Amino acid sequence: MAGVWLIPLLPLASALLLILSTGKMPRQLVALLGAGSVGLAAICVALLARDFLADGEVRQLTLWTWLAVGEFTPRIAFYIDGLTVVMMSVITGVGFLIHLYSIEFMWDDESICRYFAYMNLFVAAMLVLVMADNLLLLYLGWEGVGLCSYLLVGFWYRDPANGRAARKAFIVTRVGDTAMALGLFLLFTELGTLDIQPMLVAANSHWQVGDSLPILATALLLGGAVGKSAQLPLHTWLPDAMAGPTPVSALIHAATMVTAGVYLIARTFGLFLLAPPTQEAVAWIGLLTLLLAAFAALAQSDIKRILAYSTISQIGYMFLALGVGAYASGIFHLVTHAFFKALLFLAAGAVIHCLHHEHNIFRMGGLRTRLPVIFWSFLIGSAALAALPFTSGFYSKDAILLSAWEIPGIGPWLWAGGLLGAMLTGIYSFRLVFVVFFGSAHTEPDRQPGWKMATPLIVLCVLSLLGGLLVLPLSGVFPPAAHPAASHAVEYISIGTPLLGLLLAYLLFLGRQLSIDTLADGPLGRGLSDLWLKGWRIDQLYDAVWVRPYLGLSHWWRNEPVDRIYNALVSLCQWAHHRLCALQTGQLRWYATSMVFGLVLLVAIMLRNAT
Amino acid sequence: MSGLQIPMEHVLALAGLLFSCGLMGLMLRRNIIFMLMSLEVMLNAVALAFVAAGAQWGQADGQIIFLLILSVAAAEVAVGLGLVLQIQRRFKTLDMDQARRLRG
Amino acid sequence: MSMAVLILMLLGGGLLAWQSERIHPDLPRWTALATVIVALVFLLVSLPPEQPTLPTDPRGTGDWLLHLKLAWMPRFGIALELALDGLSLLLLVLTLLLGLIAIASSWSEIDFKPGLFQANLLWTLAGVCGVFLAVDMFLFFLFWEVMLIPMYLLIAIWGHENKTYAATKFFIFTQASGLLMLLAIVVLAWQGLAASGRLSFSYFDLLGLTLDPRLGWWTMLGFFLAFTVKLPAFPFHTWLPDAHTQAPTAGSVLLAGILLKTGAYGLLRFCIPLFPEASLQFAPIAMGLGVAGVIYGAVLAFAQSDFKRLVAYSSVSHMGFVLLGLYAWNQLALQGAVMQMVAHGISTAALFMLAGALQQRLHTRDMGRMGGLWHQAPRMGACAMFFAVASLGLPGLGNFVAEFLVLLGLFAVQPWLAALAALGLITAAIYSLWMMQQTFQGSPDEQRKLADFDVREMLAMGTMVVALVWLGLYPQPVLDLAQPVIDSLQHLVPSDNAVVALAPGAAVNKP
Repeated sequence: MAGVWLIPLLPLASALLLILSTGKMPRQLVALLGAGSVGLAAICVALLARDFLADGEVRQLTLWTWLAVGEFTPRIAFYIDGLTVVMMSVITGVGFLIHLYSIEFMWDDESICRYFAYMNLFVAAMLVLVMADNLLLLYLGWEGVGLCSYLLVGFWYRDPANGRAARKAFIVTRVGDTAMALGLFLLFTELGTLDIQPMLVAANSHWQVGDSLPILATALLLGGAVGKSAQLPLHTWLPDAMAGPTPVSALIHAATMVTAGVYLIARTFGLFLLAPPTQEAVAWIGLLTLLLAAFAALAQSDIKRILAYSTISQIGYMFLALGVGAYASGIFHLVTHAFFKALLFLAAGAVIHCLHHEHNIFRMGGLRTRLPVIFWSFLIGSAALAALPFTSGFYSKDAILLSAWEIPGIGPWLWAGGLLGAMLTGIYSFRLVFVVFFGSAHTEPDRQPGWKMATPLIVLCVLSLLGGLLVLPLSGVFPPAAHPAASHAVEYISIGTPLLGLLLAYLLFLGRQLSIDTLADGPLGRGLSDLWLKGWRIDQLYDAVWVRPYLGLSHWWRNEPVDRIYNALVSLCQWAHHRLCALQTGQLRWYATSMVFGLVLLVAIMLRNAT
Repeated sequence: MSGLQIPMEHVLALAGLLFSCGLMGLMLRRNIIFMLMSLEVMLNAVALAFVAAGAQWGQADGQIIFLLILSVAAAEVAVGLGLVLQIQRRFKTLDMDQARRLRG
Repeated sequence: MSMAVLILMLLGGGLLAWQSERIHPDLPRWTALATVIVALVFLLVSLPPEQPTLPTDPRGTGDWLLHLKLAWMPRFGIALELALDGLSLLLLVLTLLLGLIAIASSWSEIDFKPGLFQANLLWTLAGVCGVFLAVDMFLFFLFWEVMLIPMYLLIAIWGHENKTYAATKFFIFTQASGLLMLLAIVVLAWQGLAASGRLSFSYFDLLGLTLDPRLGWWTMLGFFLAFTVKLPAFPFHTWLPDAHTQAPTAGSVLLAGILLKTGAYGLLRFCIPLFPEASLQFAPIAMGLGVAGVIYGAVLAFAQSDFKRLVAYSSVSHMGFVLLGLYAWNQLALQGAVMQMVAHGISTAALFMLAGALQQRLHTRDMGRMGGLWHQAPRMGACAMFFAVASLGLPGLGNFVAEFLVLLGLFAVQPWLAALAALGLITAAIYSLWMMQQTFQGSPDEQRKLADFDVREMLAMGTMVVALVWLGLYPQPVLDLAQPVIDSLQHLVPSDNAVVALAPGAAVNKP
């Protein structure tokens, strides 16, 4: 299909139009252009997917050679296989729903034009990221989505806190991106190409499993993935990134951009197979992140922060899947997560929208009857998030846990950790449901969601429920996974754990059979909840280790220490000047006397030389 | 009647003596008038030496130089006295240690 | 001949602009604008259709498009010798384009003696064009000085509150280092005399001299210092923040956009080809200075509260990449360095133009007194955002291509140094975004009146936006123009040399 280039071009063109209109376009046209372009792109992707499912052929398209310097010839070229089609469908499909939702959500905002311009730009960059044929073009999309994330997190720029969150998001991910850039340098220097498929082939022929170079290269790529996907140790930006408009959180910080790291690792899995230590590190990072984030989610009171931590935790599952070699399961979880987390964010956005921008869950409550559509959306989303049986999240998470169990040696540990995480997920997701939608009301909603908000919610509800039945066309991309052959006991435990979490949440937050207050009141409980509320104080740690030293350094250097050298030179000249000035007394007799003595001296020297 | 009638050394010693006197006067006196006079003495000492040398070797150069020095000295006195008048007017003194506005 | 005409045209245009002030105060800027446009068109028209290669060239130093040699002082071997190749052409076009931008940016800024101002602007341009064209070392030095003096006047007469200090500092730094270069030129010419028995200052005659290693080292150092002061590289950069901050907008645009590039050009054209062995020995030190500049400039940029000072320090950081690219000495890095010269010229010129526009409107450069300007001036904000992200190296824009190529080339030679220099990518993000936060984001002062960019300013900005995007997505024409020069540099050192042998892809061919 030659028109593939149209897919990223549509949102890009729309973004350019919106930018060039400089806010003078009528709202209706902005909405039409903003959502319509993504909708059209979604239709194109659907056509592409239909063709792809029919013949299963990998499609390649070269637009032009980006630059050619010696052997370095990256092209602007697309490579479309099953993985790409899956990612493109998620980006444009979920993206279109979120754009539709945004029309209503952002209707009253004076900068709606700017909003849609950024959103469209993001969709275009994200599409380039997943369609890229080489790592340099992928890097272009990678940084492009980072920029859009920065712009959208800081969309309401008047509040300096939003700007701070936006900068944090960009700079923390930039740390990872820089590692990734170094990875690209290493790969090119060693393998002579950045085109992904030839590179994987070259890697296989030049490197043995366990060589140090692939380990280093994958570790550097992992750095980029960790930054973008908000995994330990670079996860701290994501909770703060919730400062942006909620649909942005749904699109960028839940469904698409944050999963770019997962995509990157899946795309270059051939390299990771050559580097078992990195592969294992991916699994451990995933496990650690999913647990830490799940604990942190337990203590939050801001509805969006809960969801942000749960996003970090769910991407942890994806990393766990990648780490244990279950690439298809990881991508499957990526897809289902995109559905249910977008659903949850959009529902949360609807709650916030209807409750005068209230974020604190303890000032909500009793919304079950007042906002029924949102309640059901939230319930379905939470069920899928908690992986209750037969929801989409259940299938994907179950597959990951079973694959983890299969790994010899560390497998059971990973599995047990994942289970603990699953239980915690059940607790925090239903804590959210119970606190917000049950109990007594604290704030009255002042409006109901309109059709532009309700439709995406309903579609995503369906997808969250039935998404588990999708069969992703990934068989040609990844090596076939060994069929899980775990015992039934393992499966039952996997199924039962989220239910246990649900039960605990019920007992704690709805039935009140267990008192959360007594749990949290002890010194240990208070300490832990404070620690979790602040996200394990990792922000404070980074503040002390990185931010303050950097500020101190820049403050110390502020007045240009190097100039002191030159100022010293100037001082020396001035000093000499003053000394020499002292000779010029203005006294005529002194001059005459010095001339005489000078003459005497000269004559003496001449006489001495003459003899 | 060629050559010098008295020994050259005597003339040179006298010239040296006169020159030193002038130099000492220049260095030690503070009054600008006296400094100018000392300068004249020095010039004349040099002129004497030239005349003596010219006589010694019977050449006219010494006398030419003497005439030159004479005219230079006259010009110098003219300019110098003009400056003295200005100094007197500006500083109300002829003490050169007082007139030191050009110090650094 | 057309090259000499080009320079004379700019000099004459300057005189004309100066005198036209008597007729009408608005006339000088129109004269200047017309002169630069005519010069640009003239340059492009006078290019030969094919690319003849000069036969006088002993080592095959690239393809020269034009060559002109007129006798001047034959007894000293000094001639009016000008030559144009792809690199010079690239920089000439950049010079004239940024000249246009500079005139546009000072359109309504200058009230005091506008004629003399435009004349100085054009004379600076003439000097820079001469620097990019001269291949006689003596003539080169002459133009080197010619470009300095009008720039000094621009800062000293039309600068801001602390202009005398800044102008003097700029002058002394450049002059002192220029004298070192003069000394080195003379030494080089004498060596040429000793070797061939003929005194000549021509670049082509001096190329390929075999020098005593010690002498070569010191002579190279003379050139190196002159060029790195101009570049400027750490630790010779301290004149730059002062000069930039105090200069009028057009002065900053020219200074950042093209005067700094003369330093890089000098290194590329003269310092490295004339002394390949010494430069090779010196490369580790030069690269160390480059990395130091990248990081030091970025940290200091973050510490500034003055908008122009911030941009000035960001220049120090970016020019560090040029130094790295030149001395990493392989095709990728050298192309990256050339690319950086062009891309940085555009992006920084735009930022200075922005700073000038802000100062003209708000009468301050202190970012502490700005904030929330986006609300009042969205077009300005969008431009600022674009050039801020360009300067932090966003892929798809010219600066990224440049920095990526430099680092990619450097990585093959010095991986650890490349890793260190890559920190510059993070620090660049920190200061660029901080700059945006302090100026255009944050809560606006509702009382403040701020006129947004008008058509003239948007036209200038739009040109630069398009140029940067073009450089970012299809830089091949620029790369092709610079390719011959870079090829010739690579021939200078024996091919089994450790630095150059690390050509990318070499590992693939290993068993």
